[in-house]
Amino acid sequence: MLDMPTIWAVIIAVALLAYVILDGFDLGIGILFPLGRDRDERDTMMNSVAPVWDGNETWLVLGGAGLFAAFPLAYSILLTAFYAPVIAMLLALVLRGVAFEFRFRTRRRESRNYWDWSFIGGSAVAAFSQGVMVGAFVQGVAVENGVYAGGWFDWLTPFTVLCGVSLMVGYALLGACWLVIKTEGPLQRRMRNLQLPLGAAVVLLILLVSFGTVLENDAVRDRWFSFGSLWFLWVVPLLTLLLAAAYFFAVRADMEVVPFLLALGLFVASFAGLAVSLYPYLIPPDITYREAANADDSLTFMLVGAVFLMPIILGYTVYSYWIFRGKLRLGEGYH
Amino acid sequence: MEALDPIFLARVQFAFTISFHIIFPAFTIGLASYLAVLEGLWLATGRPVYMQLYRFWLMPFAIAFAMGVVSGIVMSYQFGTNWGPFAEKTAPVLGPLLAYEVLTAFFLEAGFLGVMLFGINRVGPKLHFVATLFVAVGTLISAFWILSANSWMQTPAAYLVEDGRYVPESWIGVIFNPSFPYRFLHMTLAAYLTTAFVVGAVGAWHLLRNRQNQPARVMFAMAVGMAAVVAPTQLVVGDLHGLNTLEHQPAKVAAMEGHFQTQTGAPLILFGLPDMEAGETRHEIGIPKLGSLILGHSLDAEIVGLDAFPRDEWPHVPTVFWSFRVMVGIGLLMIAFGAVGVVQAFRRRLFDAPWYLRWAVLMGPIGFVALLAGWFVTEVGRQPWVVFGLMRTADAASPIGAPGVATSLLGFIVVYLLIFTAGTAYMIRLMAHSPEMPSDEAVEEGPIRTAGIMPGPAQDHQHQHHHHH
Repeated sequence: MLDMPTIWAVIIAVALLAYVILDGFDLGIGILFPLGRDRDERDTMMNSVAPVWDGNETWLVLGGAGLFAAFPLAYSILLTAFYAPVIAMLLALVLRGVAFEFRFRTRRRESRNYWDWSFIGGSAVAAFSQGVMVGAFVQGVAVENGVYAGGWFDWLTPFTVLCGVSLMVGYALLGACWLVIKTEGPLQRRMRNLQLPLGAAVVLLILLVSFGTVLENDAVRDRWFSFGSLWFLWVVPLLTLLLAAAYFFAVRADMEVVPFLLALGLFVASFAGLAVSLYPYLIPPDITYREAANADDSLTFMLVGAVFLMPIILGYTVYSYWIFRGKLRLGEGYH
Repeated sequence: MEALDPIFLARVQFAFTISFHIIFPAFTIGLASYLAVLEGLWLATGRPVYMQLYRFWLMPFAIAFAMGVVSGIVMSYQFGTNWGPFAEKTAPVLGPLLAYEVLTAFFLEAGFLGVMLFGINRVGPKLHFVATLFVAVGTLISAFWILSANSWMQTPAAYLVEDGRYVPESWIGVIFNPSFPYRFLHMTLAAYLTTAFVVGAVGAWHLLRNRQNQPARVMFAMAVGMAAVVAPTQLVVGDLHGLNTLEHQPAKVAAMEGHFQTQTGAPLILFGLPDMEAGETRHEIGIPKLGSLILGHSLDAEIVGLDAFPRDEWPHVPTVFWSFRVMVGIGLLMIAFGAVGVVQAFRRRLFDAPWYLRWAVLMGPIGFVALLAGWFVTEVGRQPWVVFGLMRTADAASPIGAPGVATSLLGFIVVYLLIFTAGTAYMIRLMAHSPEMPSDEAVEEGPIRTAGIMPGPAQDHQHQHHHHH
């Protein structure tokens, strides 16, 4: 049934997915930043995303504003429930975002080191917090009378920590694959060497988180394993497996672009797995996206704009990536 | 124990994060338009000085923009983290306005900022100018939507109440609510003025070192011209905005004026000490009947005082009263500066009088002070309402306990002070470097081919860097 809330659930899901795969690789570069051996390598790593990073983070703003606009109840309850990780993520994003400019404006080595660490720490904490929130979301949120009724630290469990670590490793994988595309020489070689171990770790973590999800959330377990469960859902894990196999093949074949695309594919598949597991709940375990939706009139008004503007946005986003395609040219970007 | 009241802490947190945030968009709204003008002039005239200035201002712009982006992400989540009930009740009206801001403005700005900062060698000058224009237009579109949303909270219109939520009745009515046109114009001019005074101060600083510094002369003349035209315009717009506020939020105006008693032939109070306990402005120095003349357009017009409103619907009068005086005082100073500049220009002494240049340097940060003071007037003046007349701030907060809000507030204060200090220092350092290109470079190569978009300081940096290896 294609009503307004459903259309908007799809749009918000796509925006969040776009955020995860776009900001994912630039957060990943922050996580891998300590592996840059000298100033030149670190400059190169940062410059490989400098023209696009704030476009990438705009998807997070769309996620926030879109959730407010389309599912205000979820916006209010989830952000209140995840207060600590949300604030940690925001502060971390502040510290890493300014590093893109500040790092190149320093004169002394110590102050540059300082912004390097703010970039590294900020990227790592942002990634970890996001993973923790995904985990806490899967676990479910205590709600009474439309208000968050849980405790301060409901979001902190072994499962959510596992999710946090997983997302960090996943982003690092995307970052490594991106750098293989954008760089040459020793830095590229080191990133290539990371592709196998990081890929293996990600596959292992996807498995662990999947089992964890099934254990944490009874509804999810029933969906996948009970009698009469929807067998076609198993396309998603199968696809994930195929993508993983293709990824390792592509890495072995020394391809540059394909492993990155397949790694993105792994993220899309995991996201799809999560979506079909939790559908139709937006505030698990009880509140569906329809119950959390904004007034129909507001959703319609926004849809008019979204239908018209989204293709344009995608158009110039692709254009801007196209302008900066290829290996990083010597002397380009900040120094 | 008022300081540990979670709602009070949440208000402080919002006030702190939004005050910090607004500094940077205000500066980038002005600078983006200025950069577009500079690049347009360069394309039209081919004069290298405009490209020198473009490069000079691009780097501080990049820093301010980054700080605006990251502090803006914080804002887009804070309605949910700390003001959940407000978010739920107003989402049908305000949600789409913010969503449109992201869709029409943020993506446009972010999409073309990369091209603007790094892309001139890849796309060529004309397309690069288009990118600059898009970024500049994006900043204005963003101001349009966010000020529309803010104005609706000040003067809610065209809504119905359904299931305890405010639902739009007409989108045109919501977007163009009664105070929006005034606020949008007032804020845009404020951003332009603020930027003009920064540009003027930097130009003056370099002129004090070398009167013949060509780019410094050009930027200083442009800034003084802006001040001379925009500062008086802002006075007119501000007055219209004030009359609009008088119509829709009379208690706010009463607090701005320090009028506790409703009276005919009200004075214009210049200074005094508003005392909310006693319900009077003590030690007031005023001009008789001028208040009635300005607000009521007649010497004996009746001017409503705070006594016309229940005590629990008063804003915090001293904050509103003093913020208003700071804003207006700075505005008058800006008008004076612009007027003197016009006289100096006619005397052909614009670049030569050290006292005027020093005055310009001192005026550099003053626009930011006026801007923040203006926002304090309108936001504190709206209290105790979050949506004026409909929803009290006290009913709008999420159920987060004081320890949680206090911790996050402390986090914001520490991180923001750190990046503010560093960012301002880096911007000032860039601005302190002379915008003049080394003359040999300028002679040998045309402006397009000189190392792309990088300004002087970064080139120096690059040289040092290569020596270093």
